[in-house]
Amino acid sequence: MSCSRREFLKNTMAGAVAAAMPACSVILLAPGEAKAMTDGSKLRWAFLVDTEKCVGCGLCVDACKTENEIPYDAPVSRTWVERYVITKDGETHIDSPKAGRDGFTTGEIRGEEIDPEDIDKAFFVPKLCNQCDNPPCVQVCPVGATYQTDDGVVLVDRKWCIGCGYCVMACPYGVRFFHPIHKTAEKCNFCYHRITDGKQAACVQACPFEARKMGNLRDPEDPVTKVISNERVQVLKDEYGTKPHVFYLGLDEKVR
Amino acid sequence: MKKHVLRPLWVAIFLVGSILIARVFLVPDDFGVHGDSFTYNFYRLSNVQEWKDFPAKYTSEKRCRRCHDENAGLLRESKHAKLRCQNCHGPGAGHPKEIERLSINTTRDHCLRCHQRLAYPSSQRADLPGIDGAKHKKKKECRKCHNPHHPDLEDM
Repeated sequence: MSCSRREFLKNTMAGAVAAAMPACSVILLAPGEAKAMTDGSKLRWAFLVDTEKCVGCGLCVDACKTENEIPYDAPVSRTWVERYVITKDGETHIDSPKAGRDGFTTGEIRGEEIDPEDIDKAFFVPKLCNQCDNPPCVQVCPVGATYQTDDGVVLVDRKWCIGCGYCVMACPYGVRFFHPIHKTAEKCNFCYHRITDGKQAACVQACPFEARKMGNLRDPEDPVTKVISNERVQVLKDEYGTKPHVFYLGLDEKVR
Repeated sequence: MKKHVLRPLWVAIFLVGSILIARVFLVPDDFGVHGDSFTYNFYRLSNVQEWKDFPAKYTSEKRCRRCHDENAGLLRESKHAKLRCQNCHGPGAGHPKEIERLSINTTRDHCLRCHQRLAYPSSQRADLPGIDGAKHKKKKECRKCHNPHHPDLEDM
């Protein structure tokens, strides 16, 4: 078979272009992303925490424990409130007695009395499950007992969970624990039974200061979505690539 | 083939076969991939409904107001307007049918959640009227002097 130099170069170029085309069209859009852009789910729950408004009353933790049947005095909770006190010497004091269930009724932190004069800044940070888009806890489950619903909430199947604890170890936010009665993995599920029934989550309803809110990210008119898309919000541990969906207003760099 | 090769081979085939047969009976029909991702959407579909059926304990404020409009109205006009009924009165679902009386939290500690003075700059806690719980009328319940539905220092 004869082949002129001109023909050879032409064919090589055409071949290279043909090979590159389908490759880049696959890379640009994964099937999931393409679906999200076209129709996809009409609902994606997101949480908004305004740390400027939180006063550390702990009514959210109290309500969560009651609503979700987490034994009241067991040292576990689906949500908790942390107190950060940063003193003038650069030290950061953090505590969350009883997950903040009874509020913060003393200035003492871990047995240490801090002089108000020494405080640079102090604030409260409520925490809960981030309902990640890339949940590491779901990836590691060996039996398919935890999963992501089509509205973005990560649930635990109590009948299916074997209690191996991989998910408890995998969560970078430490939101998972073992339920003292069911002996299965347990975590915040945004009060799935309430939000799917048109009610507010127990912690959102209990918060007198509107520090906790929930909304639908797919609805551009949702007031929470407007804040998340228009204001300066932050997420926890962004560098892990988990794409968390609990957004914080007024978060400090000291918050881990 | 030689006997010593065939025998363990039959045992292995039998074991794999029996596991596959057992799987058909043990794994529920609705267990599988329900969504785009094998990694994140591999689950038992009926569990979603099980979670939706979880009983709610807290009712809506609207429902409280239907019967208790007097106290709720007083509260809405007061400095405690931000508070929700069930913050102090406890979960109200099932009241009054199944739960006749709600257990009201009247303890000092409950008030001190907000009103223990913590002078924290950059937190709204510092803006709330506060006392030192260890010094102010130590043994008395707050409601003996302050009306929780209408707290006003001038009206006392």
